Amino acid sequence: MTDLSVEIGGVRLANPVMPASGTFSEEMEKVIDLNRLGAFVTKTITREIRAGNPLPRVAETRSGMLNSIGIPSKGVASFIKETMSRYADYRPPLVVSISAPTAEGFASLAEQLTLPGVAAIEANISCPNLEEDGKAFAMTASSTANVVQKLRAATRLPLWVKLTPNTGDVAGVARAAESMGADALVVANTILAMSIDIHTFRPRLGNVMGGLSGPAIKPIVLRQVYQCAQAVGIPIVGCGGIATAEDAVEYLLAGASAVQVGTATFVQPGAMLRIIDGIDRFCESRSLPSVRGLIGAVLNEEADVPDLAWVEPVS
Amino acid sequence: MNAICTAERLADVVRNDWLNAEYKHLVVRCSGPASSAHPGQFFQLLCPQPPGEEPYLRRPMSVYDADPAAGTVSFLYKVAGAGTRGLAGLGTGDRLDIFGPLGVGFTLDPAWKSIVVVGRGAGLATLAPLARAAQAAGIKVTAVLSARRPELLVSVDVFRGFGAEVLTVTDSEGTSGPAHVERLLRGLIAAGGCDAFLTCGSSRLMRVQQRLAREFDLPGQVAMEQQMACGLGMCFCCVLDFNRNGEIVHKRVCCDGPVFDLMEALP
Ligand SMILES: Cc1cc2nc3c(=O)[nH]c(=O)nc-3n(C[C@H](O)[C@H](O)[C@H](O)COP(=O)(O)OP(=O)(O)OC[C@H]3O[C@@H](n4cnc5c(N)ncnc54)[C@H](O)[C@@H]3O)c2cc1C
Ligand SMILES: Cc1cc2nc3c(=O)[nH]c(=O)nc-3n(C[C@H](O)[C@H](O)[C@H](O)COP(=O)(O)O)c2cc1C
Ligand code: FES
Repeated sequence: MTDLSVEIGGVRLANPVMPASGTFSEEMEKVIDLNRLGAFVTKTITREIRAGNPLPRVAETRSGMLNSIGIPSKGVASFIKETMSRYADYRPPLVVSISAPTAEGFASLAEQLTLPGVAAIEANISCPNLEEDGKAFAMTASSTANVVQKLRAATRLPLWVKLTPNTGDVAGVARAAESMGADALVVANTILAMSIDIHTFRPRLGNVMGGLSGPAIKPIVLRQVYQCAQAVGIPIVGCGGIATAEDAVEYLLAGASAVQVGTATFVQPGAMLRIIDGIDRFCESRSLPSVRGLIGAVLNEEADVPDLAWVEPVS
Repeated sequence: MNAICTAERLADVVRNDWLNAEYKHLVVRCSGPASSAHPGQFFQLLCPQPPGEEPYLRRPMSVYDADPAAGTVSFLYKVAGAGTRGLAGLGTGDRLDIFGPLGVGFTLDPAWKSIVVVGRGAGLATLAPLARAAQAAGIKVTAVLSARRPELLVSVDVFRGFGAEVLTVTDSEGTSGPAHVERLLRGLIAAGGCDAFLTCGSSRLMRVQQRLAREFDLPGQVAMEQQMACGLGMCFCCVLDFNRNGEIVHKRVCCDGPVFDLMEALP
């Protein structure tokens, strides 16, 4: 038996596997044993009641999917009254994902959700910032610093900050979040993408553009987890295209302390539990007493910086 | 059954035969509650990859027949794109990963003496298991089945086999238009053969039934289709607008439906 427990910014998890926001809900209790998960992460909630985006909201791509769900939300009151109580009977800690169009909005929502039964706040700062022309907070270090600072002042709960992979400066954004008091980073959300139906000449998503997720994005997000792990000291939760235990181990080696599984659950509803079992077997086969031995264990003979200059993303 | 996920299982393909130029009938054997699926419920099928294509998400497919005694479930599907082309390649003895049964199916009110089932295209597959269920409940069925051409009419034998009266209408014979179907339905109502409408597969025919249901104060249910990802109510990919007492509400087809109140559905 491997010790699978990890600690993510003040939250102790029995194992490093949890769902990604928006790809999980308490409906899963009908098909898997929820008590086996490392944590629960809710769909992002917003203060205002939102309907979500126009249809169609999903398009399939090779090894992944595009979504433009938007953030349909029943609002905070309904979340506190109805959803939270459904999780109360389970062991895994509850991480509540929040979003708002302004830094003040984020802070007040975090404050309102600083409640018994909430183990951590995951701030989804990949959403548009109305104060910066709709550019996502996590696109730049400065707006990340601003929103994280306000969030930090608003809650004593562990604060996880979820980054966007669409920035050219993920390490800078990560450092900004850490310097303003984030307890952990979740890397990352979906990659902005699009798809066109060549028979009808129409975009496949009602919203034209949407977020790409699934195995297709794994190498990109893995690279960003690695870059963030080099840049900060706080724990990182890797999220992007994880479908198997091997994928999860790769993320741990790159520097993640835990992983979130999203789209893979749609294809294999038991994916998270299989990944937990697989990580356990992997550690056993390597005689590792603890999964923590994998975190950041990638062996790299440093490439010279100039060698990589030509692939460096420009922001 | 699968030890990790209670609704996901590997089923053995018993047969997978062409019914006509477009539709195949797939019968699988599986353990557990799958074979007791209700009419209108569906499964998420993990389609094999056909040559050169990679369907990624599961494909929703209605239960065509479920036989708990034989431990089988069957599907009737139109070969349309990558996923269904993958299904079409399955042969006897192959395995198929099925997830379900999912969703809310049709409900038969024991007070009904006779119902009218109206379907078109792949909707005929969704409606077919009602034939067995209605017979078991002692409810008489009249099925109005519509397709582009007579040879694409599926489920006719199923309905007849369970004692239903079947009226077929097709585009090629010029009988499938809403006006003609409305005349047929008015005739059935006048003859006292319609305590409820159950429908799937055509929004034009759904509108006709909504009108008649309002005029004659009849209940009805409609099975809706929408693209899905999770099939479990988690992702909100499958929402549609519904009209609940004049207010537009969003519902998820996979878990609030796929069967909805006829009067709430919007075409
Ligand atoms: C609840 C439900 C029950 C269904 N039952 C049946 C049935 O019994 N028999 C049958 O022939 N068909 C049925 N369908 C439609 C069937 O799911 C689609 O024909 C199938 O997904 C097409 O997949 P494809 O890869 O072959 O086609 P593609 O066009 O390549 O599919 C691309 C994407 O669009 C989705 N899609 C395409 N058409 C539809 C559609 N009509 N409805 C929902 N999603 C679609 C696919 O799932 C896939 O994600 C049902 C759909 C739903 C929602
Ligand atoms: C249907 C869908 C809905 C999502 N909704 C949210 C959301 O509400 N909040 C959020 O932070 N991320 C959301 N995401 C992003 C996921 O949490 C995750 O970051 C992303 O999908 C990458 O992981 P994956 O490849 O394992 O899916 C959503 C993703 C999908 C596919
Ligand atoms: S398909 Fe995911 S909510 Fe319906």
